[in-house]
Amino acid sequence: MSEQNLFLVESSPQIRHRDSTSSIMWQVSIALMPAGIWGIWVFGIRSLLVIAVSIASAVGFEYLAARSMKRSTVSDGSAFLTGLLIGYNMPPLVPLFIPVAASAFAILVVKWAFGGLGANWMNPALAGRVFVFFSWTSGMNAWKLPRTIQAADGVSSATVLGSLKTLLMDFSGEASSAVGMLRYHEYPASAIGQQISSWFDRVMQMRISAYTVDLAVGNVPGSIGEVSAVLLIIGGIYLLAKNIITWEIPVTYILSFALLIWAFDGLRFGQGLFSGDAAFHVLSGGLMLGALFMATDMVTSPVTRKGMIVYGIGAGMLTFLIRVYGSLPEGVSMAIIIMNIFVPMINRYMQPKVYGTAARRGSA
Amino acid sequence: MARLLTFRRGGVHPPEKKSLSRGEPISRCPDPETLIIPFAHHLGAPAKPLVSPGDEVKPGDKIGESAGFISAHVHTPMGGKVKEIRSVYLPAGFASPAAVIEADPGSSWSGTDMGEDACASMDPKEMISRVQEAGIVGMGGAAFPAHVKFMIPKGKQAEYLIINGVECEPYLNADNRLMIERTDDVLSGAMYIQKMIGAREVIIGIESNKPESLQAMTQAVSSRRLPLTVRSLKVRYPQGDEKQLIEALLKREVPSGGLPIDIGAVVSNVGTALAVYEALRMGKPLMERVLTISGEAASDPKNVLVKVGTPISHVIEHAGGFSSPPDKVVIGGPMMGFSIYDLSTPVMKGTSGILALTKHQVNQASRTPCISCGRCVQACPMGLNPTKLYKLIDHGNYDEAKQRFLLDCKECGCCSYICVAKIPLVQGMRWGKLMLRKKQS
Repeated sequence: MSEQNLFLVESSPQIRHRDSTSSIMWQVSIALMPAGIWGIWVFGIRSLLVIAVSIASAVGFEYLAARSMKRSTVSDGSAFLTGLLIGYNMPPLVPLFIPVAASAFAILVVKWAFGGLGANWMNPALAGRVFVFFSWTSGMNAWKLPRTIQAADGVSSATVLGSLKTLLMDFSGEASSAVGMLRYHEYPASAIGQQISSWFDRVMQMRISAYTVDLAVGNVPGSIGEVSAVLLIIGGIYLLAKNIITWEIPVTYILSFALLIWAFDGLRFGQGLFSGDAAFHVLSGGLMLGALFMATDMVTSPVTRKGMIVYGIGAGMLTFLIRVYGSLPEGVSMAIIIMNIFVPMINRYMQPKVYGTAARRGSA
Repeated sequence: MARLLTFRRGGVHPPEKKSLSRGEPISRCPDPETLIIPFAHHLGAPAKPLVSPGDEVKPGDKIGESAGFISAHVHTPMGGKVKEIRSVYLPAGFASPAAVIEADPGSSWSGTDMGEDACASMDPKEMISRVQEAGIVGMGGAAFPAHVKFMIPKGKQAEYLIINGVECEPYLNADNRLMIERTDDVLSGAMYIQKMIGAREVIIGIESNKPESLQAMTQAVSSRRLPLTVRSLKVRYPQGDEKQLIEALLKREVPSGGLPIDIGAVVSNVGTALAVYEALRMGKPLMERVLTISGEAASDPKNVLVKVGTPISHVIEHAGGFSSPPDKVVIGGPMMGFSIYDLSTPVMKGTSGILALTKHQVNQASRTPCISCGRCVQACPMGLNPTKLYKLIDHGNYDEAKQRFLLDCKECGCCSYICVAKIPLVQGMRWGKLMLRKKQS
């Protein structure tokens, strides 16, 4: 034979699946795009600057950290994704040093101090967000009304959940639900939200408040990338269809949270059990961004399907507890970080049965 | 059709690539000028050479005598002159002594069919000794000596004979073509094996991506009124592994560290059934086999009947050479096969395929740290935790790896295939097992 080629010789298997670490990071980034573009549109071009600064600083710190270890890791895409998520978690008017500080904490402390990609036990983007949230509270509350809401000057641009928490502090029975509370205190709703709400009422005979519609679409003040639940869900479905995430974490997280809200949230408004507004809470705050894109971070979530279910339910319960009974309005970031701590334990006990044995490998 | 059966946990579904060679009828590969016949075709003891340089041999002569319990005789498919006995590298990466035979052109073994009645009068013991005499090994890849498997140990009983027509490795169609073209012979072989082991029931498992095989086998079974069941299985790798096939068909699990016979099952490949048929009816030794030559860099993918000892390069030439320079040449299937560097490596009894793969299939991406995505855990058909095992082995903690059932890993390749960080998990498992063996001895 004339072939004088050199052939590659490797241990089996001789073929590999096309997904790689970097392809996953880029796919997740792509899935996040629609929600980000929406955020930039409703909150203005400064939001793009915030996201760009977050990404640039995260990638920059990754480069420096990797370089100091004589490694090159920027191309794996993980730092880009961390930066993107930090940007999405910033309020639109945040001073620009804050995302830089968040990136520094995320990449240098949470990620590289533990050994870089794969070795961190806490979601870096969330850790960065929580770090700056407690360090610069006013900067992290620099909200802005979306352009889709025309409101008179002086109308508060506080987030839906933030307003609710404040209003409930001197609750005196003026409303019987979260939506009722907002309406009583004239929290702004968008014109389009009101139109859609009344269309549902007239045509479908369904009572969906304008606030709920605004939350689904993203016509509310909030972090840049978290406001549009619908676009985040589209991104999540893309990841599910591409088999990059599995259903276990997002579904159990959202479902357990929704059930608890439905069961107990009515109590805050002087109502009985099973009267909470689950749709309102599921669509508000950072829940969709958290459940679909942050809790599913592979490094910091369990490796088995059973473990993912436990983790998702845990995150749902904690989010409920923090949001309803805690002093923070949101709860998603803290809930996921707390569950991150449990991941090694979950991995230890939630193992499938080994073929041909009565034993579970974790207990061995 | 009934709901497709499959195994319970893990598994992957790589691109099937069967269509490259599915429709190609089995053709004979022209004889080579030189045969290189290794004396080791499987784990266990290699056969003891019975010939020395200068000896003349006739087609079908036994040239290697089984040495030890897990060992099989070796025969030459062609006549000629033994040039030398030398060491050759086998696809699996270890060396074996081999007879290099200058073949007489056109010399070929021939035999006559003794007919069904001759076989019907044999008792199981005699049948097994004929299988042993013919040097038959499992044709699915591991090439375990067949007579050893058919001798049911004392105290055990074979309830089920499972004929493995799964062929779950991508690209390969050798078994598929055998089931289509040699349907009756394969079925007769299966019935002989049933008699040898005294099984109560015979089940043939075929994956649903081989509709022609399924149809041919089902039709032949019903027209001959054979006491056999043909079951269609969902396409999923590694269903052709006996443990997964037993799980899929019988809903039973082979105990860890045990053999299928421990739960009353014997699994045999369709190629083995055909070899048994030919050995019993014609006294034909196992010295040629059907294999698939395929891959994106193969000019003319086809299924060929090749004499054992034929150099791989000769088979590739027969199939029109390479259409583009391959990145890898693989012996066997892409999941469990071996990549070779030397095309003069011979075809062996267990060689089910020759694949010329391009960069695109090989998919070498740069390695990153493990990101704990859990895909390997979900893909492991044995329910192991490959990423954990790899870390333990990497840290030299072999005993803990053993406690976590490292020895149940059978290197099917699901974990490495699916790993997004491109970590060579299977290689790690092999290393861990090797270290455990070294510690023991």
